[in-house]
Amino acid sequence: MSDNPYPAVPTAPAVRAAALYKAFGRKPLDTVARLRAGAERGSLPAEQTAAVIDATFEVKRGEIFVVMGLSGSGKSTLIRMLNGLLAPTSGTVEVAGTTITGLAPKQLRAVRRQSVSMVFQHFALLPHRTVIDNVAYGLEVQGVPLEERRARANTIIGIVGLAGWEDKLPAQLSGGMQQRVGLARALAADTDILLMDEAFSALDPLIRREMQEQLVELQAELGKTIIFITHDLNEAMFLGDRIAVMRDGRIVQIGTPEEILTDPANDYVAQFVQDVDRARVLTASSVMEPARAIVSLSAGPRAALRTMRDLQTSAAYVLGNGRTLLGVVRDRDVIRQVKNRETDLSLVVRHDLSAVDADTNLSDLVEASVESDLPLAVVDSRTRLLGVIPRVTLLAALGNVSSHTGEVPVMIDPPATIPVDVVTETLLATGGPTEPADAALEGSLR
Amino acid sequence: MIPALLPSTPPTSPVIPLGPWVEAFIEFLTETLGWFFGGLRAAFGGLYDVVDLALAAPPFWAVIAVVTLLGLYLRGWLFAAGSALGLVLIVLLGQWGNAMDTLALVLVASAIAIIVSVPLGILAARSGTASAVIKPILDFMQTMPAFVYLIPALILFRVGVVPGIVATIIFAMAPGVRMTELGIRGVDKEVVEAAHAFGSSPARILRQIQLPLAMPTILAGINQVIMLSLSMVVIAGMVGAGGLGGQVVASLNRIDVALGFEAGLSVVILAIILDRLTAALGRPRTKLFRRTPAPDAAADAPARAAEPVAA
Repeated sequence: MSDNPYPAVPTAPAVRAAALYKAFGRKPLDTVARLRAGAERGSLPAEQTAAVIDATFEVKRGEIFVVMGLSGSGKSTLIRMLNGLLAPTSGTVEVAGTTITGLAPKQLRAVRRQSVSMVFQHFALLPHRTVIDNVAYGLEVQGVPLEERRARANTIIGIVGLAGWEDKLPAQLSGGMQQRVGLARALAADTDILLMDEAFSALDPLIRREMQEQLVELQAELGKTIIFITHDLNEAMFLGDRIAVMRDGRIVQIGTPEEILTDPANDYVAQFVQDVDRARVLTASSVMEPARAIVSLSAGPRAALRTMRDLQTSAAYVLGNGRTLLGVVRDRDVIRQVKNRETDLSLVVRHDLSAVDADTNLSDLVEASVESDLPLAVVDSRTRLLGVIPRVTLLAALGNVSSHTGEVPVMIDPPATIPVDVVTETLLATGGPTEPADAALEGSLR
Repeated sequence: MIPALLPSTPPTSPVIPLGPWVEAFIEFLTETLGWFFGGLRAAFGGLYDVVDLALAAPPFWAVIAVVTLLGLYLRGWLFAAGSALGLVLIVLLGQWGNAMDTLALVLVASAIAIIVSVPLGILAARSGTASAVIKPILDFMQTMPAFVYLIPALILFRVGVVPGIVATIIFAMAPGVRMTELGIRGVDKEVVEAAHAFGSSPARILRQIQLPLAMPTILAGINQVIMLSLSMVVIAGMVGAGGLGGQVVASLNRIDVALGFEAGLSVVILAIILDRLTAALGRPRTKLFRRTPAPDAAADAPARAAEPVAA
């Protein structure tokens, strides 16, 4: 759009809301003054309603920012202030560096045409227009010629999987398909920011799941900034890069799904998140524990055996340079090496261990954990060992039981198969210093 | 003590001279705005003459053929055949010329009423204040006995067809305003909000979304405007508008049962045809929705037309 009077400022956040208030009813400014003075929403006079109280946040470009709250928490009012459908009673909204609060209607419409489109809970399609004309509506308002907007709408219709339905009327489509049209209409407008107001709440659970997955894919592909309103915590956790939790008009916490889940700001949030499907939200990196049964390849069999003896375990992870995970050694193999006075640990390293990526969801760890007798090794993209997840830890995380209960003895996983005194005897019998090896091991790993 | 101060019987002549004030106001209008009402008279009269000529000049069978074809297109062969039979009956009763005069009056008055009422309805739908002002005026216009309009209309426009048209417009326009407002306010709020969210201007939303979606309701209002216009033809006949109304008034003066019935029956036939034709306009005729027969019975159309519309 060459005639865009509000060129996007590349460095600005996609959306910035500063101290937003929205009051309905009589004397809204008076309501805001009362709230600023510390009044609670419940203590306001009956004819004054505060929908949004002191909302401040920034949405980064290309992120999915979810606003979550129960009905009446003010989230729908909040999202409508972000594109000027509602004017804030106090505070300012910036879209791509442009302050839209107080803009003249005409300029506000220009911002909506060029920067922000919206998807609605009940689809809000134009019932008298075909699918393709609905999808092309945003372009039509922008003044794109018929042929071009039809072509662009066709592309988007293909992307959302509605090819072949172009000439149907919305009433001929199922709910899920209608919302695909709603999504396609917003995408076709080709704005950087998408507002989605309870967009999937009216859909059946299966369709909703499908749409959520499609949205994540589309977002990864198109890099839109998405502000998503929902009352469904699982949806928020699944979609959100960051989540703002609203209660009674206030934002009570903003954070990543894991932060909200593992470190709730207050009892309300904690209570809210207790029923969430943790397996789909938490990732390996958020529940893993430091790996202790680790030996450096260069430290040799004696150090490996001693480590396993001290931890009373039958296996240890073997690390190479820069903590790269090479594999695992078993106590039986190592004790044989020690007895035979061999020094090359790499001869007995097994590579058949289960290593998982740090971003894997817990739900995808269960199977691996069942099949492996070792704790799961968590690695980063360069196969460096970040930590381990013993089965007990995984169960504790799924059941929302704190696994960090202090002095409770940490489970030994897997337990030693050779008695400790046998190992000690073997070490003594084969001679050599016993203690300095620890220092060597530590040193080589740092 | 207090009863002693009050008169024992209520006054039989007005204590407040409200009537004379209105009379003075009409006089004032005649004196200062005579040119305006003269112009209006010429315009309405001219319009009526043109429409009347278009209906009365062609041979009656040509007009019947056009109406029948229109009925065939809008409703189907049964209605087309019925219309043709009814119109032939009017011809056989010798009321064809009068019926065309009446039809011209109804068409002109309805057209003007629609042109005025639909924009007023749009205004009322967009602004709560406008709605609050317009509603009581409509109530007043609709409930004030229609004869009362005739008096100032006669003074301002003199005897003839024009005072009949003006009184008809005032009486008939209320459902047009009401149904337009109702239709536009009834458009899904979320759809309108969506249009706003994509940056549409209010004029574009009105043109592309609100009016098309409100159209069935607006057309129902237009149907009511036409029916109310028809119910006014007899009253218009009293001020010299002629047509079937004039015949009814003449038969009343002469206690002529035969003429009264013939003219009255012709009004009923016209009413049924007009009602069913305009009602069919409001139904979408796409492949998606099959046309269904109108639920109301044909015989009660004139009676229904005379009732105030529940908006």
